[in-house]
Amino acid sequence: MAAPYSKKVMDHFMHPRNVGEMENPDGIGKVGNPVCGDIMEMYIKVKDNVIVDAKFKTFGCGAAIATSSMATELIKGKTIEEALKLTNKAVAEALDGLPPVKMHCSVLAEDAFKGAVDDYLKKKTGVGLQGWRPHEEDHEH
Amino acid sequence: MKRIYLDYAATTPVHPDVAAEMQPYFSEKFGNPSSIHSFGQEAKAAVERAREQVAGLIAAQPEEIVFTSGGTEANNFAVQGIALANEDRGNHIIVSKIEHHAVLEPARFLENHGFKVTFLPVDNDGLVHPEDVQKAITDKTILVSIMHANNEIGTIEPIEEISKITKEKGVYFHTDAVQTVGSIPVDVNKLGVDLLSTSAHKLYGPKGVGALYIRKGTRLEPFIRGGGQERHRRASTENVAGIVGFGKACELAKNELQSRIDHLIPLRDKLIKGIKDNIQDVVLNGHPSIRLPKNVDITVKYVEGESMLLNLDIEGIAVSTGSACSSGALEPSHVLMATGISPELAHGSIRFTLGRLTTDEDIDRVLEVYPKIVEKLRKMSPLVKK
Repeated sequence: MAAPYSKKVMDHFMHPRNVGEMENPDGIGKVGNPVCGDIMEMYIKVKDNVIVDAKFKTFGCGAAIATSSMATELIKGKTIEEALKLTNKAVAEALDGLPPVKMHCSVLAEDAFKGAVDDYLKKKTGVGLQGWRPHEEDHEH
Repeated sequence: MKRIYLDYAATTPVHPDVAAEMQPYFSEKFGNPSSIHSFGQEAKAAVERAREQVAGLIAAQPEEIVFTSGGTEANNFAVQGIALANEDRGNHIIVSKIEHHAVLEPARFLENHGFKVTFLPVDNDGLVHPEDVQKAITDKTILVSIMHANNEIGTIEPIEEISKITKEKGVYFHTDAVQTVGSIPVDVNKLGVDLLSTSAHKLYGPKGVGALYIRKGTRLEPFIRGGGQERHRRASTENVAGIVGFGKACELAKNELQSRIDHLIPLRDKLIKGIKDNIQDVVLNGHPSIRLPKNVDITVKYVEGESMLLNLDIEGIAVSTGSACSSGALEPSHVLMATGISPELAHGSIRFTLGRLTTDEDIDRVLEVYPKIVEKLRKMSPLVKK
């Protein structure tokens, strides 16, 4: 079938990994905007500074679901510091690319994850992720 | 797997009789209708015959039909042509908020060039209220453009009532009838319009050809300048094969109009009922009864449109969505927003449009797979809480 997305995007879209809510997560990141049509929630479980589990729920298009799925795959098993190196470009590349108009979906996935880390750090240390704020404000409409 | 096409409002397959009618006009009867010799005259005769066929479907006179490259050009021609030819009378134009971009964008272009444009609201069913048109008309108004039926939500607008107002006020009235010609009866005199746009590929004709109906005596400037084709109203060598196909498609539509309607309405209503019975939290967009026989436009709460579309596509079912995500725009359909629904609901819209090849089994198949798709996507949705 001819599709607007790569095979990898379609695979993660049709068979998303790590879907669902998490019982007692250590951090929750909620990003998105109903006007844009994407809302993402990411949940992480952290043990000894390592992300032992990640889950997500997404309201959004094929790219939004696939990038959420890929982002959770990429961060699982990594230390917080390693995982924070994850960029939206890396998520998109891991999916063999996204159409240019869909790159903002990968930004959302990065933000959802970093939002979850921010939440985790706030709960743990009282101080959130240094120098971080979601891209949302720069999001062009 | 049998593919099921339910996107007839986007385009339709060329009818085999139409394709057969066009065939000689590529390599055999290839003349330029402007040529004096027999090759040219043969092509010219074919174009004039097609003009009669198109006029016949909408109860117009053949000389009131100008062929264009499609519905978009017809809309641009009407809006800009009237504006430029009647600037001495006024600079105010009225359109509805739910017009196709092919009307909205020319209107905005004129707005940037000194014209004043009123964008009329619609109600929750997508209907323009004639009294709003009445109130919006000033002594500077030169054109009202309201579509006959909306391409997305399928609502049919009260054109006859609006034309009574425009006639009384002496204002030109254009309607974009791209979705209605060949789908429901269209009679330019009953509708009372001065200009009407139509497109061949929406009624089993080829892409790249359409027409603007221009009532005799209407003052408008050409949109494309050059040679003297189409009585100096639209330059460029005629798309002869396309025009021949358009003519044949109109002839078929005229003969089959009632049977097409009788075929579609029960299928449409079965699909609407089936979706409502099998999926919770769905809303039918557009007017419940004053709607195109082919159109089923729904909003499925908590799920985004493109993700439904892609899942249906994998099942071989082709549909369309008003979600921004599919178009590359970031904002959802201007039509759905104008009907007053929230952005997240607008992002969850799916449009099924049925056509002459749609069968009862096709509808059964949709009703079999679609609820499962919605269930799967709702499990992923943060808008659904346990």
